Amino acid sequence: MYRSARYHEPLLRDLNEGQPPSPMPKIDVPKTLQRTRPVALPVLEELQLMRHFLHLSHMNYGVETGMYPLGSCTMKYNPKLCEAISQWDSFTLTHPNQDPLTMQGTLQLMYELEQMLCEITGMDAISLQPAAGAQGEFSGLLLARAYHEHRNDTARTEVILPNTAHGTNPASASMAGYSVIEIPSTPEGTVDLKALENTVSEHTACFMLTNPNTLGIFESEILEIARIVHAKGALLYYDGANLNAILGKARPGDMGFDIVHINLHKTFSTPHGGGGPGSGPIGVKKHLESFLPVPRITKKKDVFSFAYDYPQSIGKIKAWYGNTSALVKAYTYILLMGGDGLTEAAEVAVLNANYMKQKLVDSGLYDLPYRALRKHEFVLSADRLLNLKGVRALDIAKRLLDFGLHPPTVYFPHIVKEALMIEPTESESKQTLDAYIQALITIAGEDTSLSKAAPHETAVRRIDEVGAVKTPILTWKALETAVATPKKET
Amino acid sequence: MQFIPNSSIKQAMLNDLGVASINDLFSDIPPQLRTTALRLPAGMTQQAVEAHLRTLACKNKSFYELPSFLGGGIKPHYLPAAVKAVTGRSEFYTAYTPYQPEASQGFLQAIFEYQSMIAELTGMDIANASLYDGATALGEAALMCSRLTHKKTFLIPENISWEKKSVLKNYTHGAGITIRETSYDPQTGTCNIDALTRLITDQVAGIYVENPNFFGLFEDHVEDIAAAAHAHQTPFVVGVDPLSLGIVRSPGEYGADIVIGEGKALGNPMDFGGSTLGLFACRQEYLRQLPGRIIGMTKDQEGNPAFCMTMQTREQHIRREKATSNICTNEGLCMLAAAVHLAWLGGTGLTELGKQNFDAGHHLLKAITAIPGYTAPFSGTHFNEFVIHHPHASTLHTELLHHGIHGGLLLEPWFPALKDCILFGVTELHTPDQTKKLLTTLKEVD
Ligand SMILES: Cc1ncc(COP(=O)(O)O)c(C=O)c1O
Repeated sequence: MYRSARYHEPLLRDLNEGQPPSPMPKIDVPKTLQRTRPVALPVLEELQLMRHFLHLSHMNYGVETGMYPLGSCTMKYNPKLCEAISQWDSFTLTHPNQDPLTMQGTLQLMYELEQMLCEITGMDAISLQPAAGAQGEFSGLLLARAYHEHRNDTARTEVILPNTAHGTNPASASMAGYSVIEIPSTPEGTVDLKALENTVSEHTACFMLTNPNTLGIFESEILEIARIVHAKGALLYYDGANLNAILGKARPGDMGFDIVHINLHKTFSTPHGGGGPGSGPIGVKKHLESFLPVPRITKKKDVFSFAYDYPQSIGKIKAWYGNTSALVKAYTYILLMGGDGLTEAAEVAVLNANYMKQKLVDSGLYDLPYRALRKHEFVLSADRLLNLKGVRALDIAKRLLDFGLHPPTVYFPHIVKEALMIEPTESESKQTLDAYIQALITIAGEDTSLSKAAPHETAVRRIDEVGAVKTPILTWKALETAVATPKKET
Repeated sequence: MQFIPNSSIKQAMLNDLGVASINDLFSDIPPQLRTTALRLPAGMTQQAVEAHLRTLACKNKSFYELPSFLGGGIKPHYLPAAVKAVTGRSEFYTAYTPYQPEASQGFLQAIFEYQSMIAELTGMDIANASLYDGATALGEAALMCSRLTHKKTFLIPENISWEKKSVLKNYTHGAGITIRETSYDPQTGTCNIDALTRLITDQVAGIYVENPNFFGLFEDHVEDIAAAAHAHQTPFVVGVDPLSLGIVRSPGEYGADIVIGEGKALGNPMDFGGSTLGLFACRQEYLRQLPGRIIGMTKDQEGNPAFCMTMQTREQHIRREKATSNICTNEGLCMLAAAVHLAWLGGTGLTELGKQNFDAGHHLLKAITAIPGYTAPFSGTHFNEFVIHHPHASTLHTELLHHGIHGGLLLEPWFPALKDCILFGVTELHTPDQTKKLLTTLKEVD
């Protein structure tokens, strides 16, 4: 049985032994800016600091703690070598404005990574600049705008997406100044071609699609989708969050996509870092290349440079060139895997997902709405358990934690009731998959009081998230003014 | 493959599924779309990959091989080993966004500590859990100002980095925001307060000022700017270098409403411009318009203190096209590094570090301008970056490189008025020997 460490770890500022505040040294800054006392940060010994953060790490679950099948996030193993190399001084102790002649190693790496990503996606050109998937989307939509405006095609004010789209898609579209139109999915769980055909028009800038989609279903009619979109002069955008499913099997570039983003922190194994840094390179076909962010990396006679002279470029989307350490890790990962290894990753990711899906459907406890064949992930509905026993997807998720397993993504995509979105990745052994399957079966059969009150074995019990919204306590200072939180005896 | 455990039992699993071959699992891909093989090299052993990366690494010159005095918002700083020891814990770095708070208390508490320390540092009420970088934080700040005021003009100083201007333009274009630039005083190098106040009208959504500014200079009229902004109910946005806040007042004390900045100097390496950390802090009353994640303290069902993501109805996964921002994955681990570094420094350590940087900047400026031919075009007080004029700035750059030193950033490409001007940066990390070498070479090449 799993049991998380459970410390009542004090806040950093309460570890402070209360050293006397030291006076400010005299510094010749302008009078209007003189600081009168040091910033009120705790003053600690290094051991206190290390114990604090070590205790916190013990109360945090990562891929190396156990299976983490968070759907849509591709929580695969992050090889240690990639981490180690990305931390070499030759990569990290370098200034972005350093003369490019003194950075030929990193520039070569970036140049080659762009080429590898072109080959994998079937696109013609890549920019590594975006910091994450959502920023890739946003950049891609700026490219779409630049492209249409360049053609004096200025009436395109809409972005269309299916109702299975991830939340960042509509958010990025509206940040880029577009209105968003959502279209329904078919009973198969795929894009409704009729609805698409009726919606796409000379006002459409772009249709955004994830393929396989967020249900884990491959959009088999993708060529027809591309035809419909292009016939109206709109562009087709590929959200690459699910690229892991089709590595070496199919390429968005061949499917007719004009713009793609790739999540290096998913498909190419750069760690998720507790929320980031990520990396969301964008790839385009030739007709959009001149709009890519600057600088572009060029190679002339074995010398790599940054080139800025692209008058049609959208400019910058992020300072400097991207999250470099993620680029080093992804490059290292691709070399380790090779073309065959990446293809095998996709195959086993898909095998693992379909294996789990089948066993869970066979259990008769969970339902699988929409088409049966899935790619790297599948979305079960726990609606039957809700009706039978009043157990919600949320309860199942919390109960899984007691088994030492990270829950799936829950309640997404919205078209599945009580959704459990499971993405095992290729990193998990059959033994682990079986244990996860068994846990889901056990939970469904247990006395409901167990899941309703779960989790039991984590650092804290189920959290009052509503209370957090009602009384937002967002800093140490707010804590002083808020009603004192009762502290349990340790 | 070394990272794929089920390779060897694939067939058994397929049999179990009643599927003949793995390709049957891809039968939903139309035949004409199926790729035959990726034209990529075959996989390599870990040892071979490491050897290859070593040859690439040798083609880079890191700070210790080529001491650099570049400014421009990134400079080398000392990274305490404790920071890496914490961020290297795989419980932290292999986790994702803490969607399941009960299994993520460690990271959540660390973010809460970070938010608290950034709020303290900036003098603001709240801070979010990071944005991508300082440039996108500026874009998000402009969007937030426009949402708050329903106005469409955003004022920025002429002298911010060209990259920030470009990012800002891209972030605000869709919202129909016009960016207007205010000039700097060519004497002091700081904000031209009269010109700025003339531009503040009831149509302005927000005013941005950097302190220290892109030329490394402290803006000393910040209170006047705040007053001018507030007279029109316009939010005042201040961009900071967090290391300077150990020695100057927090922007909250002089009237800032939103404080942003590039936070990578806290705990993160230069990383060739990666590993960035967008700082974003503001007043409590703006909470519902805040972009990005924010962590709150609450209770679990037994009444124990606990942490979770909160105010999520602002965010893309709930609000979709009406979200305050599209950000999802942020800069979590860079934020954790910043939290550890700040806690490692403590208040007095931060002041000491700020003083070291201030002193380093002042000594170097003095020493360089003592060499004939080198002048400082601006009279304002600077922090750890400063502008120097030399009649042959670009040949100087090449000469320095020949001597194994990297000089400052040439400003002319982005600020044509600053012909032959160089932006130098220096920190606590530069050794007396490195500085001496720079000065000797500057003397020689002249
Ligand atoms: C389908 C899909 N699209 C886009 C994104 C956004 O990517 P990021 O979090 O890197 O911004 C995600 C992330 O979870 C996703 O699952």
